[in-house]
Amino acid sequence: MAVNYNAKEEADGHPSGVGASGGAGKSRKPDNTAFKQQRLPAWQPILTAGTVLPAFFIIGLIFIPIGIGIFVTSNNIREYEIDYTGTDSSSPCNKCLNVSWNSTPPCTCTINFTLNQPFETNVFMYYGLSNFYQNHRRYVKSRDDSQLNGDNSSLLHPSKECEPYSTSENKPIAPCGAIANSMFNDTLELFRIDNETRIPITLNKKGIAWWTDKNVKFRNPSGNTNNLTALFQGTTKPVNWPKPVYMLDSEADNNGFINEDFIVWMRTAALPTFRKLYRLIERKNNLQPTLQAGKYSLDITYNYPVHSFDGRKRMILSTISWMGGKNPFLGIAYITVGSICFFLGVVLLVIHHKYGNRNTSADIPN
Amino acid sequence: MKCKNRVLNSKCAGEEKRVGTRTVFVGHRPVSETDAYVEQKFCDNRIVSSKYTVWNFLPKNLFEQFRRIANFYFLIIFLVQVIVDTPTSPVTSGLPLFFVIIVTAIKQGYEDWLRHRADKEVNKSSVFIVENAKQVKKHSEKIKVGDIVEVKADETFPCDLIFLASSNDDGICYVTTASLDGESNFKTHYAVRDTTGLQTDDDIDSLTATIECEQPQPDLYKFVGRINIYRSNQEPVARSLGPENLLLKGSTLKNTKKIYGVAVYTGMETKMALNYQGKSQKRSAVEKSINAFLVVYLCILVSKATVCTTLKYIWQSNPFNDEPWYNQKTIKERDTFKILRMFTDFLSFMVLFNFIIPVSMYVTVEMQKFLGSFFIAWDKEMYDEEIKEGALVNTSDLNEELGQVEYVFTDKTGTLTENSMKFIECCIDGHKYKDGISEVDGFSHTDGPLRYYGKAEKCREELFLRALCLCHTVQIKGGDNVDGLRVNQECWTYISSSPDEIALVKGAKKYGFTFLGHEADYMKVQNQKNEIEKYQLLHVLNFDPVRRRMSVIVKTSTGKFLLFCKGADSSIFPRVQQDEIQQTKVHVERNAMDGYRTLCVAFKELTQEDYKKINDQLSEAKMALQDREEKMARIFDDIEADMHLIGATAVEDRLQEHAAETIEALQTAGMKVWVLTGDKMETAKSTCYASRLFQTNTELLELTTKTMGDSDRKEERLHELLLEYHKKLLQDFPKNSGKLKRSWTVSQEYGLIIDGSTLSLILNPSQDSSSSNYKSIFLQICLKCTSVLCCRMAPLQKAQIVRMVKNTKGNPITLSIGDGANDVSMILEAHVGIGIKGKEGRQAARNSDYAVPKFKHLRKLLLAHGHLYYVRIAHLVQYFFYKNLCFILPQFLYQFFCGFSQQPLYDAAYLTMYNICFTSLPILAYSLLEQHINIETLTSDPRLYMKISDNAMLQWKPFLYWTFLGSFEGLVFFFGVYFLFQNSSLEHNGKVFGNWTFGTIVFTVLVFTVTLKLALDTRFWTWMNHFVIWGSLAFYVFFSFFWGGIIWPFLKQQRMYFVFAHMVTSVSTWLAIVLLIFISLSPEILLVVFKNAKRKNHQKLPSFDA
Repeated sequence: MAVNYNAKEEADGHPSGVGASGGAGKSRKPDNTAFKQQRLPAWQPILTAGTVLPAFFIIGLIFIPIGIGIFVTSNNIREYEIDYTGTDSSSPCNKCLNVSWNSTPPCTCTINFTLNQPFETNVFMYYGLSNFYQNHRRYVKSRDDSQLNGDNSSLLHPSKECEPYSTSENKPIAPCGAIANSMFNDTLELFRIDNETRIPITLNKKGIAWWTDKNVKFRNPSGNTNNLTALFQGTTKPVNWPKPVYMLDSEADNNGFINEDFIVWMRTAALPTFRKLYRLIERKNNLQPTLQAGKYSLDITYNYPVHSFDGRKRMILSTISWMGGKNPFLGIAYITVGSICFFLGVVLLVIHHKYGNRNTSADIPN
Repeated sequence: MKCKNRVLNSKCAGEEKRVGTRTVFVGHRPVSETDAYVEQKFCDNRIVSSKYTVWNFLPKNLFEQFRRIANFYFLIIFLVQVIVDTPTSPVTSGLPLFFVIIVTAIKQGYEDWLRHRADKEVNKSSVFIVENAKQVKKHSEKIKVGDIVEVKADETFPCDLIFLASSNDDGICYVTTASLDGESNFKTHYAVRDTTGLQTDDDIDSLTATIECEQPQPDLYKFVGRINIYRSNQEPVARSLGPENLLLKGSTLKNTKKIYGVAVYTGMETKMALNYQGKSQKRSAVEKSINAFLVVYLCILVSKATVCTTLKYIWQSNPFNDEPWYNQKTIKERDTFKILRMFTDFLSFMVLFNFIIPVSMYVTVEMQKFLGSFFIAWDKEMYDEEIKEGALVNTSDLNEELGQVEYVFTDKTGTLTENSMKFIECCIDGHKYKDGISEVDGFSHTDGPLRYYGKAEKCREELFLRALCLCHTVQIKGGDNVDGLRVNQECWTYISSSPDEIALVKGAKKYGFTFLGHEADYMKVQNQKNEIEKYQLLHVLNFDPVRRRMSVIVKTSTGKFLLFCKGADSSIFPRVQQDEIQQTKVHVERNAMDGYRTLCVAFKELTQEDYKKINDQLSEAKMALQDREEKMARIFDDIEADMHLIGATAVEDRLQEHAAETIEALQTAGMKVWVLTGDKMETAKSTCYASRLFQTNTELLELTTKTMGDSDRKEERLHELLLEYHKKLLQDFPKNSGKLKRSWTVSQEYGLIIDGSTLSLILNPSQDSSSSNYKSIFLQICLKCTSVLCCRMAPLQKAQIVRMVKNTKGNPITLSIGDGANDVSMILEAHVGIGIKGKEGRQAARNSDYAVPKFKHLRKLLLAHGHLYYVRIAHLVQYFFYKNLCFILPQFLYQFFCGFSQQPLYDAAYLTMYNICFTSLPILAYSLLEQHINIETLTSDPRLYMKISDNAMLQWKPFLYWTFLGSFEGLVFFFGVYFLFQNSSLEHNGKVFGNWTFGTIVFTVLVFTVTLKLALDTRFWTWMNHFVIWGSLAFYVFFSFFWGGIIWPFLKQQRMYFVFAHMVTSVSTWLAIVLLIFISLSPEILLVVFKNAKRKNHQKLPSFDA
């Protein structure tokens, strides 16, 4: 500290005599720049009732129609939801309530339901789980993204984050980790009942995952063969899976790590009650709605136990608008906020006119 | 350095330390054959100002940095992250911490490198040492105590030397100590008479002598020693050594070809090295507030962690919550003890929420202070053309304190006044002599026509003028010659440490007596008949503030011994014939009333015997090693008695320009201005009136020697007066004493005048226990008065006053401003010390926190700079806490929805970058550039200063407001997105979003909201504000795309891959973001509108309400 100042003194070239003080003087004069004198040109806005009130009005006027628009859109979305957990003893799936992972033959059940209104546009089929903590920290981190990205060394040496789901029977698990291990494996099939005949409805299983996930983030291991079985040589299936990862689907571009059901599952949900996209039902032609009003039946291959943690399973059919699925929150919020703004605008305007107008004198800010 | 110093001392000084004196063998020669010369160990002459070496830099610097409580806290958090399995990677808190640590280390390392370089330059500079009658060139660091060193003109002394001989026969050399204490006048140093002749290497080598002197001590002006000179077959001669014999390291030899000196103190033991010890750190009130808020946030942090840990274990008591089949624990996790697990969980939560106390706040505050202080130095309005200097900032820690000042203690001379003395008039034996023409430049060569108001006897007049010409320490500085052989009047000027003396000498010159300088022991004076008179200068009894006078003893050419004495009237009058006083006293008092500085001149003729006695006494006292000061003082006291008063002088010290306006402005701004001066009461009082410290309607309460009356009843009288004043003031301020402490009362204003002796009576009551409560009564009186004048103050008393006020209830912020060495103590004592770059040397400026050229600059410094800095930093601090509260609150809320599993809501990159990149620059720009009120308005309307008094923006109320705002926004962010995610298929193609999108939406809203909140607060939008505010937001968006756009090879998880890009394709998300930002900001907007409207209404009222 001390001689620091000493050095400075020397650098300054301290005048050694009385008369010499003028020598170094010139350079010491502060520059007359706007910045150094804190006189930069500046915009000095003042929030006054005069500027804010119209803004509130305008915002209110914008928000209310937006809110109404969203609300109407959301209300026009058709959504049908079936809870098929089977906790209720009258439910057809009640028999499957306590299934375990490896029960053979798999427990199946069928739920009939009626759609009162037709689903005109493309229909999206979701499965929903409740009380399932996909966002638990231990769960979220239990994956190896480089393995899923097709990295061959990670395939055989999964990250230790996957513990306790990284090896089984001394073989590395592919895909490792708790998320993959607990992949949802109920099979849902939809039939339209037309005069007692069950017409299967085509469920499209592609196009349900993010494009970037399917094409970049998830990749099968590489090698000089296209045979997935060979590529996954040396690994074993996750403990809870009935079949290994290379047998998830018959189609090559939907098999292994790039299986879309798997990719969807691997995107961990934000909240313990969540839905995930399961299948797409595309509109066949413009004449008929995708799903007509009428009777339907849902065939469930019930493999996924949720009862043990008090969970729930749902199947959701939903159409989609430009804003996504049915969500009344946004519309209501916009309408509310817009109304409050408008109301406040009116109240403030009254106050302003009553009290504020008399003093238009120049204001010293703040 | 202090540490190093101690080490060196103990190593070098060894045994000597205890003895109290040291013996130096000149030239390392033993004094006699019989005494074996023992090599003594002293410090070598290496100056070590650097703190570190290459080897100890890392450990020592790190140790010092982590001693700071904040750094230590962050280190602990980091270690917890490394050791315990925590939700966020150690990088998130380690990166900012190490950034801070490394930047600080680099800065300190660089500074230390500079010091090393400076040290090296000093240590390796070459000096000449006389060894065996030969000059040897050596590095400066090789000088040992006892070496004889030769120094040439314009060289600096390499160590503290005892002056032995110079190239001048009279053994005089001139020295300037500009780099030591800033006094640029030449000081004369004297060699001991017995060694002056040793002017060559051979001569000096023949000297056998020892020097006994005290151990090193830092006082530059004190030195006590004795030199024993041994001549063959003679008794050793002992001579006393004083400060005038000591040449200090750091000062420069001037006007003398060369000198010889013997090193007595070297290296770290030189007075210079001992003086450069760090000043004690001053801490600002804002820092204390920060620490208080920090404690609150720490409590919030701990309670959040506790709540989460508790709830976690309640929630987990259900086994399917603790370990559902899909999410099983590892064996290790299962095996840990529950208590340990709970503890780790607690730590994990702490780590997860630790961002609430940001590392970056400290960095930003430091940067704001450091960069912000440049504006003070850059201010051209505080640049003075005369001295060609602007303001100087010695510390940047106290910028905001300038906006909080409640008490201003100012020196009078040189601070309120110009300290450029002008000789106005004199009176000789009661006859007034006044210059008819007012002098403009203060220096005229021709004798102006003088108007005499009656005339004193010619001989008295001449005596008086001779006294003025002789009784001083003024020197002459000419072009190249000081010898006075070729006196060219055009090119020499008078130099003195006191401007009064110059004014007097110049005054004398006007009346025909010109001082022509010194020639060896003689002083030359040109009298009215243009004859040159020579006086042998025998002794100078130097001025000191206790005696308040100085004397010289001269021998005239006719062989008469004369003592001339000049000093304050109070110290002269008791020492002269009482019958002479009256006629002069009238003049003195009238002059004092006019605000002039008066000095009385007295003389005394000494007989040969008297002189001999005095000479012996003085020599003896000078010889003394112990208590020399006291002995000298006693002898001075004896000598300066029974004198004859000749006359008095009046010197004007003009008020500085705008001093009065400045004082008025400060008072309007709610500050109480106290003048602390060493001057006489009458002079000070008139200055106070002139500077409008006292208004004509101010009722003055006096506590001075005058009102105290005779000495016997002093204490009783004091007691009475105190009680009387106290009663008076209490009646006037009936109720509002506490609440409206600084309000503007229209009622009677009181001013208090107190002098030094009364003050010491109050502060150090003699023995009576009853008088011990004087102090508190006195203090109460003081605090009720609008202005206080303390005159006749000793430097220490000034500091005492400051300390007294500083420690009163409420700890008001004090500011001291002064220009002289006598103000240093109060400058150091006050919260903020301001130095005036005045004429009395640089000591005040050097010890101050800020230095300005003129008193008037205080106005802008406090009202504009202080106000702005305070508002800026207060806003900075509040904003930082606010933005981190609403950053972390959603994270806390998320725990309720993720099974209290410490799952972070935001991605690690966002956690790290939030405070470093996304939200740091806007607030920094704000805190550097904001002018919520124009500088002009601030300067011209001092009442605005009261708005921020009492740390108004960092009280609990605004803090709670900000905290409330932060919590509200945090709740809006989280639950807004929570409700949005009731249906997580937010894209038009029905695909769903996961937890990272959830966090990213919250984070986006957060970043935009806190930045826009700052934008709302910004009242002064320069292009830089625009650039950083919009730039930060753009950078956030850009970064998010970039961060999510690549599969990062070094990351274990690609959580953010295309998350942001997908988010922005969703219309719902856009709508939600806009809505949430608007909801978050609307309360703030409404509040500002209401505030503005309210103020508008208030402004209609005539009275100003802060």
